[in-house]
Amino acid sequence: MTSVPAEYGLILAALLFGIGLAGVLARRNIIFILLSIEIMLNAAGLAFISAGSKWGQADGQVMFIFILVMAAAEVSVGLAIVLQLFHRIRTVNSDEANTMRG
Amino acid sequence: MMTFFYISAAVALISSVLAISRSNAVHALLYTIVSLLSVALIFFMLGAPFAAALEVVIYAGAIMVLFVFVIMMISSGPGSTEQERRWMNFRLWIGPSVFSAVLIMELFAVMSLPHEPMSAKPVIESKQVGIALMGPYMLGVELSSLLLTAGLVGAYHLGKRKDDASQTEDVTPHD
Repeated sequence: MTSVPAEYGLILAALLFGIGLAGVLARRNIIFILLSIEIMLNAAGLAFISAGSKWGQADGQVMFIFILVMAAAEVSVGLAIVLQLFHRIRTVNSDEANTMRG
Repeated sequence: MMTFFYISAAVALISSVLAISRSNAVHALLYTIVSLLSVALIFFMLGAPFAAALEVVIYAGAIMVLFVFVIMMISSGPGSTEQERRWMNFRLWIGPSVFSAVLIMELFAVMSLPHEPMSAKPVIESKQVGIALMGPYMLGVELSSLLLTAGLVGAYHLGKRKDDASQTEDVTPHD
């Protein structure tokens, strides 16, 4: 039974981050953009866990917990903004929200 | 162990690509949950069972429920019951179910492997993580509690419906 090398975890994290970045750039629905950001944050957490597993330290998991907290706060505020935007312009297309008041 | 890692990595990549390429938001949500579950399994294989549990409970549980709520609030309308009937279609959830079945079989296989502490990676238990959190990372814990409070207050303030105050303000000309 051989254990998983940390480099493979880092490569997978980079690939997942690229997929999330492509989603942010390609999609125009705000909910999909938030989902892609979640995928990217998850990839960042995977990179931290891989590094922490390579050195056998708990710091990687600590940083993952901080990323988790940040993702939770970000997604709650982001989804509240999405709801507010939907009540104002009746769409979730981010290209429609290109005007400012004032 | 490497075979299991390859299977989970393939499931994570495929479900992430499917998640960002669906046109229906609920399908994308299902595939995102599958992607998070497979990454949780990879955490388990990397010797981080506490992070794997947190990933399932908070990411795939709590955060995705927020997305479900928002999608329900946005798409509620006259056609929503018909839309719900379409969501109950078997073909729509067959893909995520197959991926999840692969993942759960893999989890049982990984857990039933004989544990050899000499060759396997050292498992970092939740006790070590807790000691690190309460010791050198105390300031980070306090800062994240502040961040969560700010997120709570901000979400409450932004989610509050201003009853026609903004609309009337928009209608009346300023000058």
